[in-house]
Amino acid sequence: MSLAVEDLRVYYRTLRGDVRALDGVTFSLADHEIMGLVGESGCGKTTLGKSLVRLDGRMRHVGGTVTLDGRELPIGEDARMNEFRFAEVSVVPQYAMSAMNPTRRIGRMVRELVGSRGIPFASVRSELDRRLALVGLDAEVLERYPIELSGGMKQRMVMVISTLLNPSLLVADEVTSALDVSTQRAVATALAGFRDRDLVRSMIVISHDLSLVYQIADTVTVMYAGRLAEKGPTEVIVERPRHPYTQLLISALPEVGVRYGGKRLAGIPGSPPSLRPPPPGCRFRARCPLAYGKCAEQPPFAEIEPGHAVACWRAS
Amino acid sequence: MTAPEPVSGESGPEVAAVPGVATVRGTGVRREALYFAVRNRKLVGGLAVVVVFLLAGLVGPLLVGDPLAYVGPPAAAPSGEYPLGTTTFGQDVLAQLLHGLRATFLVGTVAALIAGVIGMLVGFTGGYRGGLVDEVLNMITNIVLVLPVLAVLMIIAAYLQVRDVLVQAVIIGLFSWPWVARAIRAQTFSLRAREFVDLARLSGMPVRRIVFREIAPNMASYLFMVFILLFGGSVLFAATLDFIGLGPTDGISLGLMLNHAKQWSAMNLGMWWWFVPPGLAITAIVGAMYVMNVGLDEVFNPKLRET
Amino acid sequence: MARYFGRKLLIYALTFFVAVTINWLIPRFMPGDPVRAMVARAGLQTPEGVAAMREYYSSLFGFDVPVWQQYLNFWGGILRGDLGVSLLAFPEPVTSLILGAVPLTLGLLIPAILLSWWAGNKFGAYAARKKVLDNAVLPVWYVLTATPYMWLAILMAWALGKVAGLFPVGRPYSASLVPEWSWLFITDLVSHWFLPFLSLFLVAFGGWAIGMRNMVIYELEADYAHYLSSLGAPPKLVRRYAFRNALLPQITGLALQLGVIVGGAVVTEIVFDYRGLGYLVLEAIKATDFFLLQGIFLFIVIGVLLANFVIDIVYVLVDPRTRAGMGGDR
Repeated sequence: MSLAVEDLRVYYRTLRGDVRALDGVTFSLADHEIMGLVGESGCGKTTLGKSLVRLDGRMRHVGGTVTLDGRELPIGEDARMNEFRFAEVSVVPQYAMSAMNPTRRIGRMVRELVGSRGIPFASVRSELDRRLALVGLDAEVLERYPIELSGGMKQRMVMVISTLLNPSLLVADEVTSALDVSTQRAVATALAGFRDRDLVRSMIVISHDLSLVYQIADTVTVMYAGRLAEKGPTEVIVERPRHPYTQLLISALPEVGVRYGGKRLAGIPGSPPSLRPPPPGCRFRARCPLAYGKCAEQPPFAEIEPGHAVACWRAS
Repeated sequence: MTAPEPVSGESGPEVAAVPGVATVRGTGVRREALYFAVRNRKLVGGLAVVVVFLLAGLVGPLLVGDPLAYVGPPAAAPSGEYPLGTTTFGQDVLAQLLHGLRATFLVGTVAALIAGVIGMLVGFTGGYRGGLVDEVLNMITNIVLVLPVLAVLMIIAAYLQVRDVLVQAVIIGLFSWPWVARAIRAQTFSLRAREFVDLARLSGMPVRRIVFREIAPNMASYLFMVFILLFGGSVLFAATLDFIGLGPTDGISLGLMLNHAKQWSAMNLGMWWWFVPPGLAITAIVGAMYVMNVGLDEVFNPKLRET
Repeated sequence: MARYFGRKLLIYALTFFVAVTINWLIPRFMPGDPVRAMVARAGLQTPEGVAAMREYYSSLFGFDVPVWQQYLNFWGGILRGDLGVSLLAFPEPVTSLILGAVPLTLGLLIPAILLSWWAGNKFGAYAARKKVLDNAVLPVWYVLTATPYMWLAILMAWALGKVAGLFPVGRPYSASLVPEWSWLFITDLVSHWFLPFLSLFLVAFGGWAIGMRNMVIYELEADYAHYLSSLGAPPKLVRRYAFRNALLPQITGLALQLGVIVGGAVVTEIVFDYRGLGYLVLEAIKATDFFLLQGIFLFIVIGVLLANFVIDIVYVLVDPRTRAGMGGDR
């Protein structure tokens, strides 16, 4: 097991009180697992991704632990986390289009980045060229400025940089949302390729595009309002979802798996509750067609069969 | 004299992607802005300084006599009778200061309004229309932008044989708008692409209405900050013109006081009460406005708020 | 890139054209009669004298030919470098008076602009790193940038020159000396130069420092900065990138602020009786020497345009985006 997240709580500080963006999240990730993380925007999936790599200024680590390969990550301590970043946990950010310094040649930027982590550039140079070839980029791009690359090229370049030190965990946040459909597929394939070649041990793919997740993920985790709703193998989640929220998500899609790139999760009436602070009980209660009295109590995130966990009284 | 532009060009508080916080619009935003405004030390402090000087400029002249009359003993240091002393000719420095403040606020306000309106019109039109109209307007903007404004004002003012504060304000306003036009053009470009503007366009609203009903309100906070910067810049321009001898031919202004002090060797004679107050007043007003602007920027742009 | 420079040059050419046209238009279409004003100043008593003077000035302005020809003649004069004759130092040509004053002004302006820009950027970036320092110095910078140039100059001349007696005030060098390459003369020149330089420097410094601080804070929130931090890059590297990228808008800012700083130099020279262009401006205004004033105006415009062009070249050299693979559309 490469990653274990235990009761993770990360709040946003705002002047009107804490927003409980992650409120007790527990899951684990096996070696070689690609986990898709889905949910509506604002459900906390990006917060979860950031928590594993780098909290932004307003986030606060309130409780819970993250253990990677047996070592606990000091996610609340920015400076101590540096040792783990890039080499152990890495990220392909949402903003890959603007992730590279616009005024540096890409090669030089990589050299300076790698050098700043105390690794001689020469020692990774040949591997860098190999990886570029792997994603279909010419080594010549290193001599160029980011502005000279197309969107898909930038995306692939960022993927190569992020995975250069063979991280144990890669968080890929909405990697395809800025791309057109055909490029999306190439990028998704490249991501899976990194895992298949063992360049990345395990991966969390955050997306609100279920069809992308279906294409590359081994397991799918569904988040709702700061908590996990359901986690299970991709086939199971798509074909036999147990959480009413997951069921609505899936049925909102015309046909999962048939190439419906770009189809967004939508079509569930109502909107998620405020997390400042969240209402007691099951958070989906207000929108849930199956809600009943028991739902005033918060359901546990419990396994109903091996590898398939659901947080719903109706499921257990 | 450098006008520090607002840190952010952001208009309207983008409630950033904090999960679980529904985007608030309309009254919610306004109430939130007010909440932060009254708690922002920079904004409140700056505003207090400006208001004090504004009141002094509005009420003060009613309480003192003719600022140019020779009323007291010449070159007297500050005393009970003349709190800021007198000039070489026995004019009351306090009376000059109070009248000068009034002129300063007048110049700043009128020039800023003129430059603001021109800048907005040019910027909105170019940014919204695009195409050839934009090309031409942009070219004009760039030309006026590289023209050294002070030198142009110098020539115009020199040929005007009768100058008063209003005329000065008008010519300053006529040449200070280009950076405003540029900034607004850029913002209009980005706002134009937003959904709510598309919606208005699809529903057949005329261009003018779209700009003033949909685009301008979204930039209101930004326009307010632009006004403050224009005010500060205009006050400094006016003071500079006055100082080189192109100030109002009748009446008094803070820059003219400095001009007189220099002309009649107040420095050499050690008459500090003649040249310290007017410069201090300008610095305090303009400085307070700039600080206010920083405060406003923090209020309107949540990213800059200190948590 | 050729398109980029082509466009810039077109704007500068048009600006020059507009400036010359303003210069030509204003004496002709402003309310009031400049000739009468100048004649009145001469204080002649006899009507014959006044008439002769009128005629003389009218021909100087070139009022005796059709308007379109006046305009062409005006351009002709400018292209020949002939800006007319100064009334103040009659019969000295305006051009030679100005050329005599320009070196002093440039000696003040160029160091003040470059050093304030450099120092402002350094300190501004530094302040952006430290909250405590930032809170302490930012108000000071705002005060500096809100200070009228002439007032700071007056305060310095009074406090450091007259009261403390640290520096001489007035004139570029002591009246008893003649310009020569001697130690004595050079130290005298520098000691007279220092205060006007310092006051120009300080006001401009405040503006640059504020600009840099704001830009660095903005750049540190840019995506590339977050990405680097997410990959564990030390703050030092991130700040280095942010500083470099923040410099680019500061270069553009330099071009935009030139006119204002030149204005600052004019009033600073007036305060210190420093015999550069600013001093000439004051003298020309006092003596209603319109030819001289117009000549100075054109010189300032040309200087600012040249400086703008130099800045454009520098910008292209430091910002790869203007060069890299694009025809110059920015």
